[in-house]
Amino acid sequence: MNEQSEVFASQETLTACYRRIGVISLIILFVFCALGFRLWQLQIVEGDRFRTLSEKNRIRLKRLPSIRGLMLDRTGRVVVGNHPSFDVILVPEDAQDRLTTLHTLASYLPQAVDFLEGKAPRNPLRPAYEGISVARDISWDTLAMIESHQLDLPGVSVEANLKRFYAAGNLAAHLVGYIGEVNQAEMAAYKRYRQGDLIGKVGLEKAWEEVLRGYNGGQQIEVDATGRKLRVLDEVKTQPGYNVHLTLDLELQEQVEQALGEAEGAVVVLAVETGEVLALANRPTFDPNLFALSIKPNEWRTLVEDPLRPLTNRALRGQYPPGSTFKPFMALAALKEEVVMPETQFNCQGGLPFGGRTFHCWKRPGHGWMDLKQALAQSCDVYFYKVGQRLGIQKIAQAARRFGLGQDLGLALAASPGLIPDIEWKRRRFNAPWYDGETLSVVIGQSYVLTTPLQMAVATAALANGGIIHRPFFVTQVSSVDGEPIQIYSPEIMTRTEIPEEHLRIVRDGMREVVHGERGTGKKAFLPDIEVAGKTGTSQVVSRIPGKEEKVPRHHRDHAWFIAFAPVKTPKIAVACLIEHAGKGGGAVAAPVVRQVLEAYFRIVEQRKLENDGIRQTAG
Amino acid sequence: MMGFDRRLVEHFDWLLFCLTVGLLGLGLLGLYSATYDGSPQASPQFIRQLIWAAVGFCGMGLAFAIDYRRLEQWAYLLYGATLCLLILVPLIGSFGGGARRWIYVGMFSLQPAEFMKIGLLLVLARWYHRVVPPGGYGIRDLFAPAVFFSAPALLVLWQPNLGTTITLGLLFLTLTFTAGLRLQSLSILALAGGSILPFIWTYLKPYQQQRVLSFLYPDIDPLGAGYHMIQSKMTVGSGMLWGKGFLLGTQNRLDFLPEKHTDFIFAVFAEEWGFVGALGLLVLYCALLIRLLVIALRARERFGLLLTVGVAGIIFWQIVINTGMNVGALPVVGVPLPLLSYGGSSLLTTMVAIGLALNVSTRRLFF
Repeated sequence: MNEQSEVFASQETLTACYRRIGVISLIILFVFCALGFRLWQLQIVEGDRFRTLSEKNRIRLKRLPSIRGLMLDRTGRVVVGNHPSFDVILVPEDAQDRLTTLHTLASYLPQAVDFLEGKAPRNPLRPAYEGISVARDISWDTLAMIESHQLDLPGVSVEANLKRFYAAGNLAAHLVGYIGEVNQAEMAAYKRYRQGDLIGKVGLEKAWEEVLRGYNGGQQIEVDATGRKLRVLDEVKTQPGYNVHLTLDLELQEQVEQALGEAEGAVVVLAVETGEVLALANRPTFDPNLFALSIKPNEWRTLVEDPLRPLTNRALRGQYPPGSTFKPFMALAALKEEVVMPETQFNCQGGLPFGGRTFHCWKRPGHGWMDLKQALAQSCDVYFYKVGQRLGIQKIAQAARRFGLGQDLGLALAASPGLIPDIEWKRRRFNAPWYDGETLSVVIGQSYVLTTPLQMAVATAALANGGIIHRPFFVTQVSSVDGEPIQIYSPEIMTRTEIPEEHLRIVRDGMREVVHGERGTGKKAFLPDIEVAGKTGTSQVVSRIPGKEEKVPRHHRDHAWFIAFAPVKTPKIAVACLIEHAGKGGGAVAAPVVRQVLEAYFRIVEQRKLENDGIRQTAG
Repeated sequence: MMGFDRRLVEHFDWLLFCLTVGLLGLGLLGLYSATYDGSPQASPQFIRQLIWAAVGFCGMGLAFAIDYRRLEQWAYLLYGATLCLLILVPLIGSFGGGARRWIYVGMFSLQPAEFMKIGLLLVLARWYHRVVPPGGYGIRDLFAPAVFFSAPALLVLWQPNLGTTITLGLLFLTLTFTAGLRLQSLSILALAGGSILPFIWTYLKPYQQQRVLSFLYPDIDPLGAGYHMIQSKMTVGSGMLWGKGFLLGTQNRLDFLPEKHTDFIFAVFAEEWGFVGALGLLVLYCALLIRLLVIALRARERFGLLLTVGVAGIIFWQIVINTGMNVGALPVVGVPLPLLSYGGSSLLTTMVAIGLALNVSTRRLFF
């Protein structure tokens, strides 16, 4: 009985399903009819049209590269822009006889020979209908020749594109950087790039890539059998990149580069109150325009193999012992820790015996009795040996780091951290204890101590502004092509150290004496109408007995430093200058450079003020 | 249990089997062409697919040999096993094309999401077979099947694999509809589905959103999916009445279509064999589906009926989505064309599914 009802129930539920299976069959039949109709439409009704379009694939994608944003200096002058470039493109699919076409082309364009000889770059991933760039930025004459022989050159076309133009030439080249074609690693890291795209490789071009680049667009175009465009079927507009406004003052930059001359080294100029980088120069330098359209192999080799490493941004990445430019910071530490009083005097007799050897003062006959201010002005080493003995390495390291030395400044650009040694560091690095003798070398900025010119400029600015460490920055604003501000960057304080006014006054007085004092070591930085505070530095590359510098090989010669800020009463700018392997003291070679920089700065500021007043007066 | 049953041969459904073999043959023909690179040697994909076809016949034989009523008893076990495989994917799976879908076993890669179709089919058919409320299912009755569906569907969506998620969803709906819904529940389900869409939308990856948008508004992405669509239409259309001939498809040769050996195999086939060939292919598919429905009508009990309808559903919906995309009538969503597209897991799944239908068909006269 039970089984009977189950079978009955099951039969009933089955019958109910049959109706729905009927519905499903109808749906299936309907869908297949629709698909068949669609096929008829595509293959029979429109078949002819699609057949024509499919021959040589008449519908193609053409990429429209975006226009890269400009870089402008703080007065709006163009530092990096774009220039038109006429590029010769070959679409192999469209060239009826590739060899003949290339032969004809080679008679107008020598570069085409490379393609004949198979030297051209090959990319197996490239679809057959996509153009290859045969030559970029061809001359007007070549352009005219190719255009007038279009009929003999099937598959060859000339495209007007833009190339990067570094208007400032080699000014601030290391800071601005350059662009180049993306490599495999970059394509893997950022999805948006395709073979042949350009990308910022170094410097600000790299750091601000996201902003500068904009968005590529493209067109679906219908072409004829030889690849000529018939019409645009659809288009995605390109979005130009944003413009980047730099803190750089191009006019000052020019003067700074001139002041630096041919000497290898770097100069950094900072606005004391904000941390804006007003100028940043490196020597030797290079012309980024070489990179604007992929650099030629021999030019690249010259740059890379140069022993003076012209591509290195010494201001950010070069690490040098600061030498005596370290002393003002040590003086502040000594006052803070009260290991010396402003009036504390030591007698310098040209050296300090310690641990079985003598630590010499740079002035072998000795300075005699020195107080702190004079010790700074005359850069007395013996005085600071005593300071170092009383401070100890840990306090020294702490004080230096408070000014950003040996610290990562957190820039978007690649920069070296420098090094401020301490007991812990030495244990980790050498697995050895700290020796007191090493403290004496460290306190005068030698031995393990390493700083970058940028760090020295930041620390000097902090001396000038009373202890504020600003994060140095390079960009004030990002704006759209129409000039609409997109993002504005304001000064950022990294740390603020409390320095008693009294201590500052003593150190600043000492630094003023360096330039203005009778016996100052940096008198070559003297300006007639503006008070300058400075400090010289000479850092040893190898320890050796002083002798004729000319006989020492270049890479063993001393580095020369000069740091300065001005005006002393109301500081506006801080400058750090390093001359690599100068072989002479900072006072002799670096101070004159800084003098020229300061002079140029105040002259430019004065001039602009006059001009502005003039405008205001005419407006009034 | 018992020795070889002669009835298995006597009542074997040769029609369904021959239709399957015919479609498989056409698929291999299309694949050979789609992966042909000018050399007389067959492409590695073609050889792999041949191996997978052999594996597929074994799977089909297995699915045919075990009495489907026994499979009904094992439904939860099989469902659980496929679900476990699916859970393994995010743990040990490999990435490809921005998604994590594959598990490598030796030199072959498995896509557990494909096998999930069978697992879900078995468990749903069993549940709808055993639980039959008079007057049809109310919304509350559907809780268990909804859970059976959601668990794998969410896992697959998360991979992300939109195409298979949609197939699983359509399988669920097809079986639920066939099992019998109250009219009221049907409307509630439609409403719920409509309101859940916006959530699914926000969950989709940007490229998936882009594809749907570019279908609805072809102008929005003329360089990406929109371009693929026009190329696909051009490929199909240029075949005209008789086609360009085997290995002579120019669109195919010039690599205008992405994933042409999987997602766009239909376009490649239609280009080379023309309207006649493509229509013939559709007629074969249609015959296969009608045959499956006939088997369903002849099944002796609910489980067999639902199982076969489910098999038809899996195959039908994939055909619709895939060919619809190929002829530019539906958005670009990666769903394989059963028996034609390159892909071992998909081929094996389809052949196992057809093995189940053969099983039901042959045993309908057994008592």
